Amino acid sequence: MSQTPDVIVLGAGIVGAACARSCAQAGLSVLVLDRGPIGGGTTAAGMGHLVVMDDSEAQFALTSRSCQLWQELRAELPEDVEYDNCGTLWVAADDEEMAEVDRKARFYQERGVAVEILDAAGVASSEPELRPGLAGGLRVPADAVIYPPCAAAYLLADARRKGGRVEMDCNAGVAAIEGPGSVRLTSGRQIQGGIVVVAAGALTPLLVPGLPIKKRKGHLVITDRYPGFAHHQIVELGYLKSAHATQADSVAFNIQPRKTGQMLIGSSRQYNAEGTEVEPHLLGRMLKRAESYMPRIGQLSALRVWTGHRAATPDKLPIIGPVPGNDRTWIASGHEGLGITTSLATAEILVDRLMGRNPAIPAAPYDPARFEHAAKEPTHA
Amino acid sequence: MISPMPECDLLVVGAGPAGVAAATVAAERGRAVLLLDDTPWLGGQIWRGEQQKPTNAQAQTWLNRLARSGVRIIGEARMVGLEGPGRYVIETPDHHWTIQPKALVLATGARELFLPFPGWTLPGILGAGGLQTLVKTGWPIEGQRVVVAGSGPLLLAVAAGLKKAGANVVGLFEQASPASLARFGTQLIAHPDKIGQAFGLRRQLAGVPYKLGWWPVRAEGVNQVERLVLTSGRQTLTVDCDAVACGFGLVPSLELPTLLGCLLDGEAVAVDAGQQTSVQGIFAAGELTGIGGNDKALVEGQVASLTAIGEHAAVFPLHRSRNGWRNFARALGKTFKPRPELLKLAEPQTIVCRCEDVTYSQLSGYTSWRDAKLQTRCGMGPCQGRICGAATRQLFGWGMESVRPPVLAARVASLIPSDERI
Ligand SMILES: Cc1cc2nc3c(=O)[nH]c(=O)nc-3n(C[C@H](O)[C@H](O)[C@H](O)COP(=O)(O)OP(=O)(O)OC[C@H]3O[C@@H](n4cnc5c(N)ncnc54)[C@H](O)[C@@H]3O)c2cc1C
Ligand SMILES: Cc1cc2nc3c(=O)[nH]c(=O)nc-3n(C[C@H](O)[C@H](O)[C@H](O)COP(=O)(O)OP(=O)(O)OC[C@H]3O[C@@H](n4cnc5c(N)ncnc54)[C@H](O)[C@@H]3O)c2cc1C
Repeated sequence: MSQTPDVIVLGAGIVGAACARSCAQAGLSVLVLDRGPIGGGTTAAGMGHLVVMDDSEAQFALTSRSCQLWQELRAELPEDVEYDNCGTLWVAADDEEMAEVDRKARFYQERGVAVEILDAAGVASSEPELRPGLAGGLRVPADAVIYPPCAAAYLLADARRKGGRVEMDCNAGVAAIEGPGSVRLTSGRQIQGGIVVVAAGALTPLLVPGLPIKKRKGHLVITDRYPGFAHHQIVELGYLKSAHATQADSVAFNIQPRKTGQMLIGSSRQYNAEGTEVEPHLLGRMLKRAESYMPRIGQLSALRVWTGHRAATPDKLPIIGPVPGNDRTWIASGHEGLGITTSLATAEILVDRLMGRNPAIPAAPYDPARFEHAAKEPTHA
Repeated sequence: MISPMPECDLLVVGAGPAGVAAATVAAERGRAVLLLDDTPWLGGQIWRGEQQKPTNAQAQTWLNRLARSGVRIIGEARMVGLEGPGRYVIETPDHHWTIQPKALVLATGARELFLPFPGWTLPGILGAGGLQTLVKTGWPIEGQRVVVAGSGPLLLAVAAGLKKAGANVVGLFEQASPASLARFGTQLIAHPDKIGQAFGLRRQLAGVPYKLGWWPVRAEGVNQVERLVLTSGRQTLTVDCDAVACGFGLVPSLELPTLLGCLLDGEAVAVDAGQQTSVQGIFAAGELTGIGGNDKALVEGQVASLTAIGEHAAVFPLHRSRNGWRNFARALGKTFKPRPELLKLAEPQTIVCRCEDVTYSQLSGYTSWRDAKLQTRCGMGPCQGRICGAATRQLFGWGMESVRPPVLAARVASLIPSDERI
């Protein structure tokens, strides 16, 4: 870039791509740096489920705003983003989980999200591969699925196509942020910008030490093509319990039909697992769980297994905004298992704050400054 | 499922010449040996069908020795991954189980290299070795006009086999230049068996037009291949045909050794003098360590196995022959290396990845296999890049990608460790 870019974005994952696009749309010049290909980090490892969540008001606000932004983009998304409005089906195994369906349904309805409660017969007829005897479920028809690496590439290309000043270097390992708006590459080169936006996913703490982001590893399995094996992204409601278990390794049943007819099967959650290797026992537990919900899943042909690291924060909310006391280093990270969904709203908040505009949703719950005060209790146990 | 053999002295994966030799010599020395193959047959690529219809004396000698040696053989059993250090997962059509051998010999062979050219995906165009295998298992080829084109000694064997099965082989085209083959000819003097084989094949191929320094540029046809256009760089030639057997040489099947952590040496598994890979206790033999044919496979299989079971004295006399075949393999690689023109045949619309229909132009501009894969889905289909991966390494100079389990497509159930099933 000939002149000093207004913004240097560190990371070309879905979050960095969305931030670069929003900055460019606001008229800022942007330089995106990554040490590897676009969307080659956790963005390549995730499921791409665009889902409205109800863990907390702040999580709901961010996910629903983001899903709305994805829907607005939908018409212009190219084929390779594979946007598929398949909806989410939350399945309840027993009466206790059925009570959760009712609670969840109320929560969504009160906030204007269309849902449909299904009884046992309803679940069985909408997803015949599910085991018989499930109590029921909740359908959220507006939820969707995308293919994240192409979505990230699209966001960057879109910014350029619309005249945005976005440049990119995908061969730029960043060694450190050195001084206001300035980064040093592993090659030794120094680049000066106006501000730095750190969107380095689970690796963000390496660039901004002290941020409370921990790696949380997950496994996924992709199968050969079985069109019609599942119609919705199906998630067990026990998911809430296991996702909440913040320390122990956990697995939950989660299956996603891809537009290609392939099935993506998840998922596991693990702290203190830095390596990217596949862990046979956890993978086995995960697939056994899946098999307990869809008995014929064991017979599908698995093509490949991989892992990825989510960027987990103590309160399960992302970190969006300037580092306290340093208004030239901004963070857009810590999206745990929802970064594909929340990338667009994250970018919107970041740029609105940067430009001194009023964000569409309150920005305080995601502000980095929240960790300044004594370690807060997580919003949910 | 309960493992049919939870432990053993030696586990051999792949029942081609390398695996058969490895398993046999260890069992002959009283070891408990298990031999697995993905197919229901013994013999690998070259000896396929020998069990049902004996034609080859060398194959019969080894298959008889194997039968008498006491090796436990399980067909339709593929190694798909590992469950813990030294504990391997095996999948059969109905079950999966694990085994913890004292040593492991990998002898999983090679597959063909395809380089895309316009029209190469038309029905009727098959891999040279692939068509040969089909014919060996009864594919009707009688009376059909077949062109054999590409590179490597395999083309001769394939053409001879097709002719024997009644095909009308209308031409055999080798891309390597006459000069390159002449140099190779001098090297052959050190390998009398090979010369015999080559001449024997030439005799069987009497009457088949054989051209050196020619390669395919385009295949044409409406619903199926009708003709192949070839060039020598100066002239072109159009040959009418019903089928094309095409292959540009072989590449070792590296997924399993890579998954198990074995280091590579170029496009082959790196091994020491005893055929041991960089991983203690894991040995490799045959095409995996460099394409060199069945004699190399046989001697390497023996060296690997005897070293693995600690019979070092018996290995000693084999070294000379093994080293000779390794040199032969190197010469083979040089002689039949695809010429640069072959890497420029694809046009923008030519399909490179057949599983996902990814074209050449879609792939241009990416800097790595991973980048291209993420954005275009190249190599993400059922074959997981086993075909297009080798081609794109040649076409774009991309490196090898890290390997993820399962090695071959496996049932989801096989990925669930047995103790998780309780
Ligand atoms: C198994 C699994 C399933 C998931 N499923 C979903 C889902 O269904 N829906 C959903 O919304 N989310 C899901 N997620 C979460 C989602 O994938 C992530 O939140 C999201 O991809 C994060 O994007 P990112 O851009 O922040 O990070 P990344 O994609 O990791 O991008 C960070 C980029 O920064 C680069 N980088 C890092 N450090 C440096 C450096 N020092 N120098 C140069 N470059 C650097 C990296 O190379 C990388 O490209 C899932 C995650 C996992 C692991
Ligand atoms: C299609 C084809 C046709 C060929 N035809 C000829 C010919 O006609 N004449 C000639 O001289 N050479 C031929 N070759 C060359 C051939 O590779 C060697 O001559 C010789 O067969 C090599 O022996 P090998 O033991 O190294 O491997 P192979 O003979 O290839 O044997 C490897 C065996 O391993 C099995 N296997 C692979 N992966 C796994 C796994 N994960 N689990 C279990 N089993 C597995 C395979 O099913 C196969 O049976 C051919 C090669 C190919 C690819």
